[in-house]
Amino acid sequence: MYSEKMINSMAKVAETRKSRIGADPARFTADEKSKLLAIYHPDFKEEAFSVLEVGANKGGKVPNELHDLLQGKSRMLGKEIDLEDVKYTSDVLVIGGGGSGASCALESFAAGCKVTMVTKLRIGDANTMMAEGGIQAADKENDSPAQHYLDAFGGGHFTNKPELLKMLVGDAPGALQWLNNLGVMFDKDENGVMATTAGGGTSRNRMHACADYSGAEIMRVLRDEVKNDGIEVVEFTSAIEILLDEKGNAAGAVLINMETGELMVAKAKCVVLCTGGAGRIHYQDFPTTNHYGATADGLVMAYRAGAELRDADAIQYHPTGVAFPAQMLGALVTEKVRSLGAMLVNVDGEAFMNPLECRDITSASIIRECSDKNKGIETPLGTAVWLDSPMIDMIHGEGTLLKKLPGMLRMYQKMGIDMREDPILIYPTLHYQNGGVDVNADSMSTLVNNLFVAGEAAGGVHGRNRLMGNSLLDVIVFGRNAGKCAAARAKETEMPSKLSIDHINKFDAAVKASGAEYKAVSPMLLPEYTNIKNKGTL
Amino acid sequence: MKEMVNIYVMGKLYSVPAGLTIMNAMEIAGYKHIRGCGCRAGFCGACATIYRIQGDNELHFALACQTAVADNMFIATIPFFPTQKAIYDINEVKPTEQIMMQLYPEIYSCIGCNACTKACPQSLNVMQYIAQAQRGDYATCAEESFDCVACGMCSNRCPAGISHPLVALLARRLNGKYIMPKSEHLEDRANAISNGEYLDALEAIAGKPLSEITELYNHREIEKK
Ligand SMILES: Cc1cc2nc3c(=O)[nH]c(=O)nc-3n(C[C@H](O)[C@H](O)[C@H](O)COP(=O)(O)OP(=O)(O)OC[C@H]3O[C@@H](n4cnc5c(N)ncnc54)[C@H](O)[C@@H]3O)c2cc1C
Ligand code: SF4
Ligand code: SF4
Ligand code: FES
Repeated sequence: MYSEKMINSMAKVAETRKSRIGADPARFTADEKSKLLAIYHPDFKEEAFSVLEVGANKGGKVPNELHDLLQGKSRMLGKEIDLEDVKYTSDVLVIGGGGSGASCALESFAAGCKVTMVTKLRIGDANTMMAEGGIQAADKENDSPAQHYLDAFGGGHFTNKPELLKMLVGDAPGALQWLNNLGVMFDKDENGVMATTAGGGTSRNRMHACADYSGAEIMRVLRDEVKNDGIEVVEFTSAIEILLDEKGNAAGAVLINMETGELMVAKAKCVVLCTGGAGRIHYQDFPTTNHYGATADGLVMAYRAGAELRDADAIQYHPTGVAFPAQMLGALVTEKVRSLGAMLVNVDGEAFMNPLECRDITSASIIRECSDKNKGIETPLGTAVWLDSPMIDMIHGEGTLLKKLPGMLRMYQKMGIDMREDPILIYPTLHYQNGGVDVNADSMSTLVNNLFVAGEAAGGVHGRNRLMGNSLLDVIVFGRNAGKCAAARAKETEMPSKLSIDHINKFDAAVKASGAEYKAVSPMLLPEYTNIKNKGTL
Repeated sequence: MKEMVNIYVMGKLYSVPAGLTIMNAMEIAGYKHIRGCGCRAGFCGACATIYRIQGDNELHFALACQTAVADNMFIATIPFFPTQKAIYDINEVKPTEQIMMQLYPEIYSCIGCNACTKACPQSLNVMQYIAQAQRGDYATCAEESFDCVACGMCSNRCPAGISHPLVALLARRLNGKYIMPKSEHLEDRANAISNGEYLDALEAIAGKPLSEITELYNHREIEKK
């Protein structure tokens, strides 16, 4: 399976392993960090971005692929639909069945609202289900929300929206308590003390986990609770446009049945977008860790409805994606592997950086190692560096890797690799949408009333770079916040009488007037991986 | 030339490159997934698949996103299986033996055939965790079933009509909420914050000018692992 070069390099890694135990490679200085980012981070590659011609962010730059979707052709154009023929009526319409959608639905329901959730795949088929590493909260003696704030603000290069970040860190212990009371099994000792580890960019050990199924454990409990509450959940049904009322407030959505193609109308007093990220758009052709339905639909719908985006050009590449073997390309190797002590090592067996630097810095440093420094290891699909996973059991004792990372170990074992014995090959992979729809402290769009946005689809909480463990936290804190605020707003709102898609026609006219051409139909809904040369119409 | 293998998707022959997962191979063959594909990484259980290698009696149960194709593989995807979820209020139920009797009485009809265990793509000892649930040993059931991805293959094979992943989920929730020790540090901190403690310090740091906060960040003390 391995090439000869890989085998030779692996031997060098094994040779230097012992001497690296206990070593703490120097961290980059602030100056070194800026240089690394500017030269090597994909966000700084100018030709990969273009300027928006229409919409609230006109004149701003976004990745080319997102540009073409934001200014894409609506799936509604040319379609007749009777907006009076309403299929679903609710106080709160939740779009997306991941962690933020489920948290939101639970809180709106608890506040006495009639809630409808629509979701593209099944409830829980979502990025939330895949989070392995953990969730941050400042709940230990030596830690505080202020310290958490400092880490997240610095990690976000001081671009986070302070009012949102204060909520994130201040509500964190309460959010974990909520989950624990629902029955989420956090790792803890016999005295109830939760196990907490470090994560890239954290100054305290505040990463809580449920083995390496943190997101799955949280998601399946939330899903179960949504079902216990009897909340209406419509699966395999995507939203394709937001509907507005006469005042320009959000008032529902056009839905599409993913299996039959039927278009339907949902009407609601408040709409909450919980549609998650964008990995499946494959910016700059990077592979991704994201689930199948992560195609930035929420950003597209919100943008057409008049909302403003922020930091939509700041993409997070996870430094450690699977680079070998090819069939798992892009899959996530959780940051916990590094938090537990595994080092990043080059072709010569040298640890070339401190393994606990922030994600963007780590990605940039790996890309430098594989390009200008020429110290990468060749793989069939590119170059990579080693992540020295056998160090984990050497540092923490035999059996640690099995106990702390069972899912990861199993994934590699299925590919014939025992990561306790041999290091693994990794390279950055497309992971997270740092920015999103600009919202206020009520999780409502700054420009479109009654349109709420939570989770990965919203921007501002993490600024231009999110720290590991702050996103699971985000979906719980702000999913709940959006659920409560939307419910409160719904109580003082009349059921909209007239629904409209005028904004879609206006957006279409503006795109045409700007001279920009349609390069895509949007929202994308699902990526295209089939590859048929001569495809007919059935 | 790439090495190719023959696979049969629902009985229909396609030639695809070796080494691909079943999920990728179906896409290369031209199938655009709608059902049967979620996380694409072994977490969501959407891609339950049964296969058999031609000429071999044994049936195999797999996650399509985690399993490589093999020559002469006959593939059937099982994108949906009807399981039965009991509705309960997590604040009302208690980790007693009776609760399973009430909510999932069918588990006591298990005939011990072990078909569930053989079907589990996560290599869980499913029959055993059901036995633990029968006995009211929810802590062990929770640990044993922790890696369940709710793919439903076990339920698909069970002659007693048991909805194993849902039984396990109830056991885990009971364990997480009632059986595992309480986390006092978490409750104390959450309560302190509700009482307004910590918030002044938070406001203070958030209110500092950028130069000061940058300085603080760059020189913050970092806890050892
Ligand atoms: C592999 C992986 C590992 C991660 N690990 C961690 C970690 O350890 N710690 C951490 O804090 N964060 C982690 N993250 C990030 C975190 O999991 C996600 O950012 C977060 O869970 C997103 O939650 P969400 O509810 O916003 O979106 P999601 O959970 O992705 O849910 C979005 C939902 O909306 C649906 N949807 C999309 N478009 C539409 C539409 N048009 N109509 C209807 N429905 C739609 C989707 O199908 C999906 O169900 C990880 C992410 C990945 C991918
Ligand atoms: S226990 Fe059943 S539902 Fe869970 S992973 Fe195994 S076969 Fe799938
Ligand atoms: S398949 Fe059903 S009856 Fe057979 S051992 Fe498993 S739970 Fe019992
Ligand atoms: S697609 Fe989620 S487990 Fe295979």
